[in-house]
Amino acid sequence: MSYSTGYGDPELGGPATAWRDGWPVYDRSGTVCVIGAGPSGLTAMKNLKEHGFGVDCYERETSVGGAWNWRHNRSPVYASTHLISSKPFTQFPDFPMPDSWPDYPKHTQVLEYLEHYADHFDLKKSIWFGTEVVKVEPAEGDRWDVTTRSTGGFGGERIHRYAAVVIANGHNWSPKRPAYEGLDDTKIEVIHSAQYKDAAQLRGRKVLVVGAGNTGCDIAVEAAQQASRCWHSSRRGYWYTPKFTLGRPTDQVNDLMLWLRLPLKARQFIAHRTLKSTVGDLTRFGLPKPDHKIYETHTIVNSQLIYHLGHGTITPVPDIARFHRSDVELKGGELIEPDLVVLATGYETKFDFLDPALLGIDATGRPKLALHAFPRRQPTLAVAGLLQPDSGLLPLVHWQMVLFARMLRLREASPAKAVAVQRKLEAGLEQRWTSAKVKDSTRHWFEISHTTYLKAVQRLLDEVGLEGAAR
Amino acid sequence: MKVIRTREWAFPVPPARRELRRATPEVDEGKPPLLFVPGFGHGAWVFAEHWLEHTADRGFPAYAVSLRGHGESAKVRKADLRAYAHDVAQAAAGLPRRAVIVGHGAGALVTAHALARYPARAAVLLSPVFGGLGTALRNPMVSLPAAFGGGLRLPAGQLFSRELPASAGRAYAARLGRATSRAQWQLLAGRKPERPVGDPPVLVVGSPDDRIVSDSALRRVARHYGGAPLLFPGMGHDLMLDTRWREPIDAILDWLEKSN
Ligand SMILES: Cc1cc2nc3c(=O)[nH]c(=O)nc-3n(C[C@H](O)[C@H](O)[C@H](O)COP(=O)(O)OP(=O)(O)OC[C@H]3O[C@@H](n4cnc5c(N)ncnc54)[C@H](O)[C@@H]3O)c2cc1C
Ligand SMILES: NC(=O)c1ccc[n+]([C@@H]2O[C@H](COP(=O)([O-])OP(=O)(O)OC[C@H]3O[C@@H](n4cnc5c(N)ncnc54)[C@H](OP(=O)(O)O)[C@@H]3O)[C@@H](O)[C@H]2O)c1
Repeated sequence: MSYSTGYGDPELGGPATAWRDGWPVYDRSGTVCVIGAGPSGLTAMKNLKEHGFGVDCYERETSVGGAWNWRHNRSPVYASTHLISSKPFTQFPDFPMPDSWPDYPKHTQVLEYLEHYADHFDLKKSIWFGTEVVKVEPAEGDRWDVTTRSTGGFGGERIHRYAAVVIANGHNWSPKRPAYEGLDDTKIEVIHSAQYKDAAQLRGRKVLVVGAGNTGCDIAVEAAQQASRCWHSSRRGYWYTPKFTLGRPTDQVNDLMLWLRLPLKARQFIAHRTLKSTVGDLTRFGLPKPDHKIYETHTIVNSQLIYHLGHGTITPVPDIARFHRSDVELKGGELIEPDLVVLATGYETKFDFLDPALLGIDATGRPKLALHAFPRRQPTLAVAGLLQPDSGLLPLVHWQMVLFARMLRLREASPAKAVAVQRKLEAGLEQRWTSAKVKDSTRHWFEISHTTYLKAVQRLLDEVGLEGAAR
Repeated sequence: MKVIRTREWAFPVPPARRELRRATPEVDEGKPPLLFVPGFGHGAWVFAEHWLEHTADRGFPAYAVSLRGHGESAKVRKADLRAYAHDVAQAAAGLPRRAVIVGHGAGALVTAHALARYPARAAVLLSPVFGGLGTALRNPMVSLPAAFGGGLRLPAGQLFSRELPASAGRAYAARLGRATSRAQWQLLAGRKPERPVGDPPVLVVGSPDDRIVSDSALRRVARHYGGAPLLFPGMGHDLMLDTRWREPIDAILDWLEKSN
């Protein structure tokens, strides 16, 4: 689907019914607008539809899948990406991934799954591909004016008015690039991991990988196999958990302990012991000692990094001090001479299309949202999928969106109760959804523990009630 | 609505190969697919006899799954109700479009459990055996052995009306297998399924002359889902194999056409 007809398009909008700064506004009455057709946007659409809402989704790319659609330029996945969360934690809770797939499917399978989800629930007919949302502004009656245009800025803009908006624009597409002294003048090739697609880019080169998030570790492992030399720079110590422990996917072991109702301290103890007996002491390889306990931040899941450290095919190094013309100076003074530097330093969250105050965004760029999803005093606005869970993301977004759909329905069914629920939500605005002490860094503020988080969602769902509100 | 499923996450159901039989219409009219779920001891073949082709002739893509350990699905030593419900949710989620699930006998209970894990478009419970003590007392000869780990005994006389020639009935009965002891036990224990997700419309279909499911049990299940059962007097428990198999399936498809 795309915009083919001119203004007054009868299918989407009808004749203009209001005006905004001299532009016509097409009223979509009770319809909800969803921004983005990645996993979060798709499950928003599916659950809103299930609760009887009409939806219009705008996706700036030409197909569904978001981050998992490696065909899109902005996709952060690389050819070798496999999930780090095993199937039970990654699939939507009401749409299982096929039994025939492995514990940790490949990124192409995740995309296939999302495509299938969109077809199965007939979502594509409500998605406007190649269309970018450029502005979201409040209108009277808790409604929203959404300005769109075709991606790349061709053609005119148009404004539609919606009953509610779900922002599902993802947070893994805008590269976070650290500033280094001398970076502008160096002749070493420096790319961000977002530009890394295939191991061929590393073949035969001397590669420095910066950052020990999951991306950095994956790329370091590939460099160990493909490059002629691999340095891996990390500025802190982390816990590296293997993908399998005790004969099963590691995240399932964690939930086994939760199922046994072991408290965090006991789980940390067991995990430390298990890691000690398998992975061992990492400072042996020259890695920094972790500055936090396990489960305090979402762990790095990588079975191969340690293997390559042990084979000497990855050399761990400290943080970068500065770039010179043809070499890199590390903190501590050592000089190394890579010919390719891959910055796997993560991504920034971005909400360009909306007044930051609406999401309570502070000077550091962090929004203030109840349950990391619901802004203050905006009962018809939600952010989907802005979470860094200790499990897979998709089930969590699913429940966020079931909750949002029910809260919207509650506004009609029982306005007074809806206000009470909204107040309750806002009372928890400062709350963090993990029992561990989360490291205060630019990437850990939205870390959550899936059980703590889902328990809170469950309580709210029970309070909203409305079982049977679907359809 | 159960959000926290730690047990299911920590102990996912092990995969098992599944038999899926199908009959698809010649032209796709965009009608929703139907997934038929046979009861304990039954396999996908019971629907392949008449219903699959007939459903496809009326323009609906039709599929029938065999639960693990049944029909041509993988043989398993262990399986519980959750594993069977998993098989149904897997089969449903694998279909091209959001499916209507039609469960028969104890397969209706399996379907009811699956409805809490897959948002079906609609569901039909045929001669539903929802278990519990009532079922056991009504059929002591059938269920007593099961309580002690034996198979549920399902003689032809219990399953079909007298209209079906005795030889045909015996031949069908000879093809029956059995569910695992654990699943049978769970059936007798009769744990209530969770509420369906996505609130699908649910139709209950049966016969007042069913010798396994009493009229009152039928009504109870129908009431639970907010309706009254659609009855086909004179038919036996296995509606899809009985001589008048055409009537119930036509009624179900009519209902689907109307509710859409
Ligand atoms: C390498 C890698 C591996 C990962 N592995 C896992 C894993 O194992 N398990 C897991 O659960 N998660 C994993 N993740 C996290 C991953 O980001 C999520 O699984 C998921 O993709 C997030 O979905 P989303 O819909 O919120 O965002 P996205 O997938 O980023 O989708 C956002 C969509 O919104 C669109 N969009 C953005 N802005 C606009 C606009 N203004 N107008 C219109 N459209 C717009 C984008 O084009 C995009 O399609 C991984 C991430 C990376 C980078
Ligand atoms: N296989 C997979 O499934 C897979 C693969 C890749 C990514 N992912 C997911 O995708 C998301 C993004 O992962 P990511 O690895 O790209 O990013 P990330 O998790 O944000 O990690 C970024 C890394 O770079 C470091 N870093 C950031 N700024 C730096 C700076 N200025 N100087 C030096 N180091 C710096 C960080 O250190 P600090 O710790 O000190 O901040 C961290 O080690 C995560 O949710 C991740 O789990 C999954």
